[in-house]
Amino acid sequence: MRRLVILGAGTAGTTVANKLRRRLAPDEWRITVIDHDRDHLYQPGLLFVPFERVPTPLLKPRRSLLQNGVQLLIGEISAADADRKAVRLADGGVVGYDYLVIATGTTPRPDQTPGMLGPEWRRSIHDFYTYEGAFAVRDALRTFSGGRLVVHIVDQPIKCPVAPLEFTFLTEAYFRGRGMRDQVEIVYVTPLDGAFTKPIASRYLGRLLDERKIVVETDFLVERVDAERKTLVSYDEREIGYDLLVTVPLNMGADFLGESGLGDELNYVPVDKHTLQSKAHPDIFAVGDANDIPTSKAGSVAHFAGESFAENFCQYVDGRAMTHRFDGHANCFVETGDGKALLIDFNYDTEPLPGQYPFGRIGPLSLLRETKVNHWGKVAFRWIYWHLLLPGRRLPVPTLMSMTGKHRPDEEVRP
Amino acid sequence: MTVVTLGDTRLHIDSEGFLTEYGEWTDELAGQLAAQLGIELTDEHWKAIRFLRTDYLSRGETATLRRVSTVAGIPIKQLFVLFPGKPAKKMAYVAGLPKPRGCV
Repeated sequence: MRRLVILGAGTAGTTVANKLRRRLAPDEWRITVIDHDRDHLYQPGLLFVPFERVPTPLLKPRRSLLQNGVQLLIGEISAADADRKAVRLADGGVVGYDYLVIATGTTPRPDQTPGMLGPEWRRSIHDFYTYEGAFAVRDALRTFSGGRLVVHIVDQPIKCPVAPLEFTFLTEAYFRGRGMRDQVEIVYVTPLDGAFTKPIASRYLGRLLDERKIVVETDFLVERVDAERKTLVSYDEREIGYDLLVTVPLNMGADFLGESGLGDELNYVPVDKHTLQSKAHPDIFAVGDANDIPTSKAGSVAHFAGESFAENFCQYVDGRAMTHRFDGHANCFVETGDGKALLIDFNYDTEPLPGQYPFGRIGPLSLLRETKVNHWGKVAFRWIYWHLLLPGRRLPVPTLMSMTGKHRPDEEVRP
Repeated sequence: MTVVTLGDTRLHIDSEGFLTEYGEWTDELAGQLAAQLGIELTDEHWKAIRFLRTDYLSRGETATLRRVSTVAGIPIKQLFVLFPGKPAKKMAYVAGLPKPRGCV
């Protein structure tokens, strides 16, 4: 039997396991997925937790999301030994492989910023990218009596890079809804030089922040949090005070990757951006947020990349040349509050542009424009995620980015 | 992309003034680019610039501040002293490399 081992049963690992199980003969291939716990978290749902009256269930057993014929092993991974082709577990177990797919994602690391963890963590300092964190933010917003609320990003790259903006828009709408917007000053603090990474989208989103009277503090790279004085301090010694801080901690890949010599300075695995094959070890691939490709760390990327990856992987293990090239396609709904959202669609070469998606003039979704239909698209995505995306089925949208329906703004277009 | 002439040399730059041709950069040019930013290059500046140039050759992209700090051992705080305000951009500019993508 040939052995494929997949590390991580999150969005990318689950999708890839299911896609490959259908393509690789069961009597020739054993597929083993290793994860450290039993439940799969619907991460896009975390954003809504602070604002929902009744929480929607976000967890499902990983086992139920993997096809029969995929082995699931629960255990803490302590090392990946590329020379011996083996994965070591914290309990002493060793799992040998012929091919390894790394899908251990990226994780918020509040421990990487001095002063962030401590007595004020989850009291006046919060994060919303974790299950516990999202519920703590909900409670903090409900009891917030007014003052300065700071939404903050430590550094790039982060997973779902639009989520901090969405959180900011939803928070603004939330306090407006409670009739206390004038008692809450909202400040958006970013290490970037604008609201978003790509110029045209940054302009649109910056304008939305402006209209909502949200102050944007740019080029702010935090050195430490002074939790006692409730102040963010940057490397160039600027200070921003807060009453309530909702931060996005530094995101890093799994520590064992750095320790095993497979990761870069943030523990991301350097791969070829078109095939996701490790640059150092040809029998290792890294999919989803765990790799270093220059596109968003997002579930949509894991999905779009999964399609060409599965085809390439089958060619590779047959000794053939890999002929499919991933283009960096990403697609993100951006909730803007009041039951509306906008949508961005882009890849390595084309930044998010205005227009209609995915069917040209018919839409029905609008790019870089706030609409209610976009919001319902985002809501519907939850069903798509569990029932189409994770099982590794095709979605009714192109896998590679298409220019259909997109146009370059010749001048400043009102969103 | 634009072509500009600096002294006797023709340079290819993008819309923000970053060099687009790796080979057009020289030590002397670095000094001139730094001077435009009001920076006088010291040995410490050069350590960062040399690292950026070498790292770009092997990885094909401009190192982030965190990478310079972790791999080259120059603390981020010091990079802010050497290239005040926007160190990642300023370093790339002086080193003749593309603006760091920072994020996507």
